[in-house]
Amino acid sequence: MSDNAKEKPAETVQVEIRNLWKVFGRDPKKIVNGPLKDKSKEEIKKKTGCVVAMRNINLDIRKGEFYILMGLSGSGKSTLIRNLIRLVNPTSGSVTINGENVTKMSSEDLLQFRRKTFGMVFQHYGLLPHMTVLDNAAYGLKVRGLPKGERFAKAMRSLETVGLKGWEDSYPGALSGGMQQRVGLARALANDPEILLMDEPFSGLDPLIRRQMQDELVELQDRLQKTIIFVTHDLHEALKLGDRIAIMRNGEVVQVGSPEEIVTQPADEYVEEFVKDASPAKVLTAGSIMEDAKVLLYNWEGPKTALTLLRSHKRKAAFVVDKGHKLLGVIKESTLEKLIEADEKPSILPSDSIRKVSTVNEDTILEDLFSIVNENPYPIPVLRGDGRLAGVVTTDQIFESISPAEGENHD
Amino acid sequence: MIEFPDIVNIPLAAWIDSAMSWLLKHMDGFFDVIGLIILQVVMAFEAVFLFIPWFIVIPLIGLAGWKLVKSWKMALVFIVMLLMIGSFGYWDLAMRTLSLVIASVFFSLLIGIPLGITMAGSDRAEGILKPLLDGMQTMPSFVYLIPALMFFGMGKVPAMVATIIYAVPPVIRLTNVGIRTVDREAVEASKAFGATPRQVLFDVQLPLAKPSIMVGINQTTMMALAMVVIGSMIGAKGLGMEVLLAINRIEVGRGFEAGISIVFLAIIIDRITFSFSEKNEKRK
Ligand SMILES: Nc1ncnc2c1ncn2[C@@H]1O[C@H](COP(=O)(O)OP(=O)(O)OP(=O)(O)O)[C@@H](O)[C@H]1O
Ligand SMILES: [Mg+2]
Repeated sequence: MSDNAKEKPAETVQVEIRNLWKVFGRDPKKIVNGPLKDKSKEEIKKKTGCVVAMRNINLDIRKGEFYILMGLSGSGKSTLIRNLIRLVNPTSGSVTINGENVTKMSSEDLLQFRRKTFGMVFQHYGLLPHMTVLDNAAYGLKVRGLPKGERFAKAMRSLETVGLKGWEDSYPGALSGGMQQRVGLARALANDPEILLMDEPFSGLDPLIRRQMQDELVELQDRLQKTIIFVTHDLHEALKLGDRIAIMRNGEVVQVGSPEEIVTQPADEYVEEFVKDASPAKVLTAGSIMEDAKVLLYNWEGPKTALTLLRSHKRKAAFVVDKGHKLLGVIKESTLEKLIEADEKPSILPSDSIRKVSTVNEDTILEDLFSIVNENPYPIPVLRGDGRLAGVVTTDQIFESISPAEGENHD
Repeated sequence: MIEFPDIVNIPLAAWIDSAMSWLLKHMDGFFDVIGLIILQVVMAFEAVFLFIPWFIVIPLIGLAGWKLVKSWKMALVFIVMLLMIGSFGYWDLAMRTLSLVIASVFFSLLIGIPLGITMAGSDRAEGILKPLLDGMQTMPSFVYLIPALMFFGMGKVPAMVATIIYAVPPVIRLTNVGIRTVDREAVEASKAFGATPRQVLFDVQLPLAKPSIMVGINQTTMMALAMVVIGSMIGAKGLGMEVLLAINRIEVGRGFEAGISIVFLAIIIDRITFSFSEKNEKRK
């Protein structure tokens, strides 16, 4: 997942949050504009009784990005996500989405904007218990004023997407938590929104169901390419799902970065504490730690050249690629010697003398490399999506990058 | 004992009296119109209940017991009670009382539900209305009879006005509480999908608050019945007047018959209106 973000072309910023503040309580403007502004949350609370839920937040969220808001309880995640569609109104600052200033919208424009651009999923599902599953899934479309036939057809498709076909006439109360959240997801997807807002959607679910829903969401995201803004306080969920993660504390954003950056370069002690029990093996990818293959043999150059190259680098074996830079396998010094001594010297390296080896992709996480490391004595070749050799990973590199002491200066 | 000093004399009674006479003088036409509307509605209900013969009303209410309360035993009890009221010779008076109750509840809901909705939507409205409602509910019921009498004279209309004022607090209160305790995320979900305040109200808040509102309607109805009986003191014809007459003439038997008829009506009305709130809770 984390590498998808890097591959995406010209990234357009879809959600632009600037200097956003939210203060709950009496006369909140006075705090934001006054001298109390720079005081701590506790101090402001003590002096005025007001709660600073968000303090001067600046974020850019890109189109198609899976963006995670993470932080402890009370850090302002829900407040932030609600500010985007003004379920909570900001005290000051601006939110610009698709070039439109949401903060300045009239209430009529705001309704239209919510209808066409957003879908939202809630922690406790937020379903309407007096309506059937189908009516619930169709609710967003009903609000938009679509005729019955059309909205039911769309809602049915959406229910199928989340695997709830056959349940449309049930009431939400008859469904398990996981299934209710699927209804919530179907309702959000039925609108075909550009942006999905999800406030701890899986927090209430059993671990097993939760993992399953996460997997499905990842798959859905790959297929539909929505922008997803996802709140969680579960680090593993964040690392698994997120392209980027913003970590919040006491209403402030303390760090924004890819899962890898968050785990390997925590900005401060708070983040460090957060990622303490995250194994880098779960976030670091082969692509991020690989290096160039020092010795690379080209199969069309023939055994003699290959052997010379090998010997000059004092190697016993090396990887072989073809003209398209596709990896063919590994060849040993002894094999090359035999080829040269043979009666008819081949002009290119024969494919039956090249040994196949296990390979990994650039975005394979380190955890998945362990079994391969044990399997063979060579460095592990890392391939691009099209099968070309990108680099190699050695056993030493793997262990170096996951040992905590060295995590900080590995690059 | 030390007497309370005479100098400290807040002439509240005098103020209220002068306010009343001011209202009477300048708002007379207004009260006339209100009185007329109320009269028309109650007359319409009376016309219906007195027009339909007892042998149709009794099975209908029995049916309501069976279908709504979902108990054939209760249906049977309803029928027996109604037959007893008839056998006491109080059928017409019972129907008049019922009409008064239903008409009063009709107006109470007309006023109370929108007020409850307003109260739920605004903390300021709640702040103003809540102490007012508390005050209204602790006031002895017959206190309402006096101003009603002054503004509307004797008869059904003042009795109903007093009844409406006396019976309206529960439905306001429970509409407010019902809406305020609706699942916050359900309301947020509706808003997040771009629902107008009206859509939020009708799609989410009212349906989810329905069980609570129904309990409010039940309480309002029971209070209306109690007040209608008292309203007979200012000339509203019905079972209450029979009790009053019996007391005056010290006819214990007659008083008992009228009294027990009121109790029967109360039981029937209570069970039927209560069934609405229960049915909604089950479907959740
Ligand atoms: N309506 C409100 N009135 C007053 N204070 C509020 C209100 N909503 C939130 N807060 C306060 O704002 C702060 C941020 O709350 P928020 O709900 O955004 O946190 P969160 O990160 O979503 O926490 P959680 O993980 O518990 O959901 C908290 O201190 C909270 O008490
Ligand atoms: Mg929250």
